Amino acid sequence: MAGLELLSDQGYRLDGRRAAELRKLQARMGVFAQADGSAYLEQGNTKALAVVYGPHEVRGSRSRTLHDRAVINCQYSMATFSTAERKRRPHGDRKSSEMSLHLKQTFEAAVLTQLYPRSQIDIYVKILQSDGGNYSACVNAATLALVDAGIPMRDYVCACTAGFVEDTPLADLCHAEESGGGTTLALALLPRSESIALVQMDARLHQDHLDPLMEAAMTACKGLSKVLDSVVRQHLQEVSVQTRE
Amino acid sequence: MLKSKTFVKKTRSGGVLKIVREHYLRDDIWCGSEVCVECGDGAPVLLRDPRIESDLCTYPHYLLPDTNVVLHQIDILEDPLIRNVIILQTVLQEVRHRSAPVYKRIKDAIHDKEKHFYTFTNEHHRETFIEREQGESANDRNDRAILKVVLLTNDQANKEKAEQSGLLAYRCEEYIKSLIGNPELVDRLALASDDQNDITGSKLLFPEHLPLSRIQAGIKSGTFLQGTFRASRDNYLEATVFIHGDGEDSTEVLLQGLQNLNRAVHQDLVAIELFPKERWVAPSSVVLQDDRPNDEDAEEEDAEKKSTVSDTSVLKPTGRVVGIIKRNWRPFCGMLNQSQIKEATRHLFTPADRRIPRIRIETRQASTLVGQRIIVAIDGWPRNSRYPNGHFVRNLGGAGDKDTETEVLLLEHDVPHQPFSQTVLSFLPKMPWGITEEDLKVRTDLRHLCVCSVDPPGCTDIDDALHCRDLENGNLEVGVHIADVSHFIRPGNALDQEAANRGTTVYLCGKRIDMVPELLSSNLCSLRSNVERLAFSCIWEMNHNAEILNTRFCKSIINSKASLTYAEAQMRIDDAGMNDDITTSLRGLNKLAKILKAQRIEKGALTLSSPEVRFHMDSETHDPIDLQTKELKETNSMVEEFMLLANISVAQKIYDEFSECALLRKHPSPPPSNYDILIKAAKSRDLDIHTDSAKALADSLNEATLEDFPYFNTLLRILATRCMMQAVYFCSGMDSDFHHYGLASPIYTHFTSPIRRYSDIIVHRLLAVAISADSTYPDLMDKHKQASLCNNLNYRHKMAQYAQRASVAFHTQLFFKNRGILNEEGFILFVRKNAIIILIPKFGLEGTVFFENKDKPRPRLNFDTEVITEQQSWHCFKLNIFN
Repeated sequence: MAGLELLSDQGYRLDGRRAAELRKLQARMGVFAQADGSAYLEQGNTKALAVVYGPHEVRGSRSRTLHDRAVINCQYSMATFSTAERKRRPHGDRKSSEMSLHLKQTFEAAVLTQLYPRSQIDIYVKILQSDGGNYSACVNAATLALVDAGIPMRDYVCACTAGFVEDTPLADLCHAEESGGGTTLALALLPRSESIALVQMDARLHQDHLDPLMEAAMTACKGLSKVLDSVVRQHLQEVSVQTRE
Repeated sequence: MLKSKTFVKKTRSGGVLKIVREHYLRDDIWCGSEVCVECGDGAPVLLRDPRIESDLCTYPHYLLPDTNVVLHQIDILEDPLIRNVIILQTVLQEVRHRSAPVYKRIKDAIHDKEKHFYTFTNEHHRETFIEREQGESANDRNDRAILKVVLLTNDQANKEKAEQSGLLAYRCEEYIKSLIGNPELVDRLALASDDQNDITGSKLLFPEHLPLSRIQAGIKSGTFLQGTFRASRDNYLEATVFIHGDGEDSTEVLLQGLQNLNRAVHQDLVAIELFPKERWVAPSSVVLQDDRPNDEDAEEEDAEKKSTVSDTSVLKPTGRVVGIIKRNWRPFCGMLNQSQIKEATRHLFTPADRRIPRIRIETRQASTLVGQRIIVAIDGWPRNSRYPNGHFVRNLGGAGDKDTETEVLLLEHDVPHQPFSQTVLSFLPKMPWGITEEDLKVRTDLRHLCVCSVDPPGCTDIDDALHCRDLENGNLEVGVHIADVSHFIRPGNALDQEAANRGTTVYLCGKRIDMVPELLSSNLCSLRSNVERLAFSCIWEMNHNAEILNTRFCKSIINSKASLTYAEAQMRIDDAGMNDDITTSLRGLNKLAKILKAQRIEKGALTLSSPEVRFHMDSETHDPIDLQTKELKETNSMVEEFMLLANISVAQKIYDEFSECALLRKHPSPPPSNYDILIKAAKSRDLDIHTDSAKALADSLNEATLEDFPYFNTLLRILATRCMMQAVYFCSGMDSDFHHYGLASPIYTHFTSPIRRYSDIIVHRLLAVAISADSTYPDLMDKHKQASLCNNLNYRHKMAQYAQRASVAFHTQLFFKNRGILNEEGFILFVRKNAIIILIPKFGLEGTVFFENKDKPRPRLNFDTEVITEQQSWHCFKLNIFN
């Protein structure tokens, strides 16, 4: 039997979206009181929780201290119940360490670290439910958490995946689409300046196809940034109403 | 506009998994009708005024078939009369799940603009989405999903439900019968399953097929085996099942007797059960054809004609079919046998392919269909019926008529032969075409070289030309120039897609089914003499021992000085008086070719043989008037040698450049058991054939000659050809064994005939990229797409060969039709218990002669199981191959 039909002739994807449509995005900021900043984000069925501590003094070995800027420490983990089959090791495996590294690189590009020399910012993200696009959900959640913590950034960091099926770029892939073969490109973008914080693609893709794929991912990221912006504004409004009372 | 809803599915992959997927419901899916004013659809598909004349519905209406109607009545839906149909997504998905061929056909219908088929994505529409209820099967849910919009159905219960909800529903038969003025459509109705019970009594002829779940369990536990069913051409009670093993351990299992075959049809995917060793039998050597009279309800007296060979060494694994995993039915061409009862509407149909059983069909137009070639599709094979049930699809024309027969064999071999569509033709270069400044800039100008082409007589698609000249340093320069088809066919356009689908040009007797439109094949790409043509050249510098010192590839412009036939070229070489440029060039080529050939044979390349014939056609009627076997001249092998050399050089080059996605051709070495018939045949004359390696085989074939029987060696070579495996195209990234056994070359591809083979076009493109004369495109670098392309090419190639053979066979029959009785010498290829298979070399004709034919004297021959083959029989028997 042939694999799934990822894109029907009528232009609908498996879950009824059109090629360029994003999944439903819902988010809440300030979900934990103890942390300096926190956020919960749902991108379709992918659910992520991000917590930010800092900036604070560098903990652990002093040698990691940087004299001109802050150190960003990221830790990524997946809940044991996040996938269809129960995961044995929630963090520390090769994939998680790689993802932590990617997140670190992404936020080093976005956070104005030079404002906090000799200090450290911790970002912890946990995937509660995984349905494709884990990296992008993490980045988006962490952005909200950083905003919540009041850490200055150049811009929102918005991340989104894009895939390529039958010569059409698809935005924001779900798990079925990611595993259905084909290429997946993950892009983290600072939308206002259109500068790319991180781009990652594992599979082979012909050069001619790269531009449309990047284009699709960029458009998706810009769409996401609008949603994130509205989430932040709404949160601020709620908070200000509370403080006024 | 998005509404999110998640639903839970359970699938099985080892264990039970809970899969959560999102399901978005939309309100922007239009109804696709021109009438509708509320939907904002940009391009409505369904016409405003759908007219189908029907008694039942006198008003304009759209049709909405359910899954079973689509599955079983696809022939009706494909009729141009049926238009304005709404296909639901639910239906489409279920069809896809249940039958891939029907799915493909319905998709073709949807893509056809004339048909006005509209697919409604009901699963994602807010109003039509149905939630699956607790404990409800997927099937029932789908029924309900369809019901909500509704329908043309065959299912009684479904109809009632539909009527309850106040909607209009008709049975498919009712509806079709109500169509005015189209009686032939009724014949095309497939028999619905509940109608079949009354055909014969309740006597069950076949054991039941096991349900799929038990088959799968059985295959997993190893009690059943899964394989492709292959009926025997010679014996309708016998078949083999080819078990797909991992790599080496694929085996064949023998099936004998109607009961054990259990309604499997050629090419079905079946599950079989092996018998214990005591019940294993040898393949019977009886030739049996299902020739019984048209017995509609005759009692089944199949006394199973099992062979009783006691020799245990020839016993093969034997088994029976327990279930059918996947039917592989297609429409079959053949003839109708009219029932003896005058008014009967049920008749038997005899397919042209002998491996397919006869099919029972129902038609009211039997009298008009007798003597015509018709197409029939199988609908089902109930347990109580001796033959499968089918329905009439199309009438092709009178039997024996040349056009009809050609049509039949093209259809039977799945050769795409429609004229090229307008879109395809639109990609052709505009005439008058000439070489532009730009071409001159990027191409090497080789117009001054003395290039000539050598081809069979009457050839209009000349794709190769040669030259040879002396260099100043004493070496020779040899060039092979191939038509630059890839210059005209750009990747991805309709012309390219059509050519990729056709895969190869098919040469029938007196007819050629082109792969690319004629303007290209016979004009712009054909390297005719004295015109300037674009070419792709492969130029070697060689010393006089034919050792390659230097290889160069370039896109070039050439001007062929002469297009010769093999005979003309031979004459020039032999005629000592001629000393012009062309002739010296030919002589140089010929000398080198002889050295190359000797080198190749030294390495162990095989020289095989198969009887080939040519027809002399009457120029007016195109009937064959004479035929002769093809004879090979020195020049044939001269051209061949250089083509082989070019192919090998190019293969090496593209593989070096693209180790992952080079399109190559390999010829696997056959398993030793394949040689059994050859060794036995040689034994009968006390000769030994060694088959350990290609070299050993070639050497022993060379030595196997008989003084008093010169043709014997050729016969052995014919047999050796039958032992070989098929050579296939493959993508270098998907395979590790590249060896070409027949040519004894470690790597090989096809480069030299881009006009008639699509593989060569791909190779041209790869080579063009390798010498940076062209740019890549995505599909060229994708090894999975390459691999699927290779599969298609291999399939088309095989089918083209079969079609060619069938065409020769048909013309041979035409030739003999007016000849009466001829006496010819023949050789026995195989001996069966009740028949012999005979080859007549003069006509390249192979036929089966039964011993117990009434109107023929029995040839005096003793059956000897050991000396199967080639007792040379000098019986002059009368030819009546038409019986």
